[in-house]
Amino acid sequence: MSHKTRVSRRRLLKQGALLVSTGFVLNSRNGFSQTTLAPADSTKVLGPLPSELGTRTPFESIKREVGRFDPDGYSLTPLEKLSGIITPSDLHFERHHAGIPSVDPEWYELLIHGLVDRPLKFSLADLKRFPSESRICFIECAGNGYQSSLDRSDIPEEVTPGQLDGMLSTSEWTGVRLATLLREAGASTRATWFLAEGQDAAVMSRSIPMTKAWDDALVVYAQNAEALRPEQGYPVRLLLPGWEGNSSVKWLRRIEVSDAPFMTREETAKYSDAKSAGKVELFTFTMGPKSLITSPSYPAVLPGKGWWEISGIAWSGNGKIEKVEISVNGGKSWQSANLHEPVLSKCTTRFTFPWYWDGKATIFMSRTTDDQGFHQPSVTEARKGRGPRTYYHNNVIRPWQIDNDGRITFGLKTLV
Amino acid sequence: MNSSVIHLFIRAAVKIVFLSTVATTICLAENPNLPERFSIGREPSSNEIALWDIDIMPDGKQLPSGQGTIVEGEQIYLQKCLACHGPNGRDGVNDQLVGRFGPDNDFANDKSLNKTIGNYWPYATTLYDYINRAMPMTNPGTLTADEVYSLVAYLLYLNGIVDKSTTLDAKSLPLIKMPAYSMFYWSEEVKDLVGTKNR
Repeated sequence: MSHKTRVSRRRLLKQGALLVSTGFVLNSRNGFSQTTLAPADSTKVLGPLPSELGTRTPFESIKREVGRFDPDGYSLTPLEKLSGIITPSDLHFERHHAGIPSVDPEWYELLIHGLVDRPLKFSLADLKRFPSESRICFIECAGNGYQSSLDRSDIPEEVTPGQLDGMLSTSEWTGVRLATLLREAGASTRATWFLAEGQDAAVMSRSIPMTKAWDDALVVYAQNAEALRPEQGYPVRLLLPGWEGNSSVKWLRRIEVSDAPFMTREETAKYSDAKSAGKVELFTFTMGPKSLITSPSYPAVLPGKGWWEISGIAWSGNGKIEKVEISVNGGKSWQSANLHEPVLSKCTTRFTFPWYWDGKATIFMSRTTDDQGFHQPSVTEARKGRGPRTYYHNNVIRPWQIDNDGRITFGLKTLV
Repeated sequence: MNSSVIHLFIRAAVKIVFLSTVATTICLAENPNLPERFSIGREPSSNEIALWDIDIMPDGKQLPSGQGTIVEGEQIYLQKCLACHGPNGRDGVNDQLVGRFGPDNDFANDKSLNKTIGNYWPYATTLYDYINRAMPMTNPGTLTADEVYSLVAYLLYLNGIVDKSTTLDAKSLPLIKMPAYSMFYWSEEVKDLVGTKNR
């Protein structure tokens, strides 16, 4: 803060709007100063001029929540602060194990080989020459929501929606169908699996069924209209709509077409699901239907009875969201929420519900059903075929608890 | 069959082949105006492919030449692995590597259980694949084939899966049966996607 600004602020306290305006003008015609001090009358003040890159207003504070375990780490999308369905690109969640690689787009190549007529390498410019496609869809980590455990002692109460389910983001992705690239290489019709491998220092690899390649798998190079962010896989990543995030391999360097799964470390020792004693399930790709009320939520305190809009997001890897239902009486009765357009397949959908809160303690929650007939499980249903340590694919109903003083906390403990 | 029936047969067969080819071309291209191939991309040399083709499948066919012993593995482990994974593969700051398999292990409910190579990895070849590509975490992709074989042998020994005299190489590694192998089964979802598979 410059001396001029500090002097201007002292004058404001003594004198009035015009002098403050002067201070503001002197310091900020070429850009916003890092201050949340607004002039008393903005119609009297010339403001900053146009700039090459926009910035958020200093009046809003929004950021990911970061966890670093060098070289491992994650960052969470602040879901409670967002409207609509799109995640701003710089708020997209992260999960990687060897840091973000720096890849020069001039030298980047994607190799496709294995059971193909001709192995091929594509540059980034090559990939952009193929017929392209755009799709708005979510990416969710399989481990998202692990805190909604079925073990009471593991369930937190003071947790925001972002802290609970923040490894979920939605973007418009643009790229070329993997099927188009496989045809270019002449992939064999007897191939049943392919390996996708990334070029970060973890060189992470996953086996994917070829049916997904022929279905809707994309090789993407754009995220929300611009080039992919480095954290999301610049310059090219695999995008498997509706499937667990780990399988949408970032910093994609290689596709190997085969007739058997490769049994990588990620799909065996990590992203497998222990269902009961001595039984572990392999290859659970699809993210199930889930809904989450993002507002009101912890740590909000409703000041009193009256109309408060319940707002949240719902998504399913199976297809479109068919309905979202809200209960404001602990599950005794349910009513339909409004779904905001567009309602897209394997994409987040915004829902809202006008709620007259009577000022009394209660539990409010949402549950969703997708257009393939699958629904978000209740606690009782969620217990079937999993235990508190099954860990992945946690999509049980997420209740919020409000007390007589309007204080809101995560309420799953009350149902488990 | 007389010759006129055979003739009809052949004509029908040719029609079917022709129509299915046309149908396939149209379906695959999704748009009758687009070609099956766009002639975009370049053909890499086999050396280029070999540089990146580092994965090891359960059949072990791509395992390189080389070999490893437990004695050598222990030396490499002390230098390059202990700092993260702890002495004897336990009590480190990163993933626990050593733990005995129990047929009644309940990873869905038992909070005291950590997943280790011994109790949760279905394939020994995956151990080669993973160590080779990603370890040590601070210096990945720097181990020689002999070093990887030795580390795999040492970790399997610590987990009670091989004895101390074992030498591992491309032939013997794929033959190792991991105790946790019996726990794993394919989901209904993937069986629908790829068809039923004999494991």
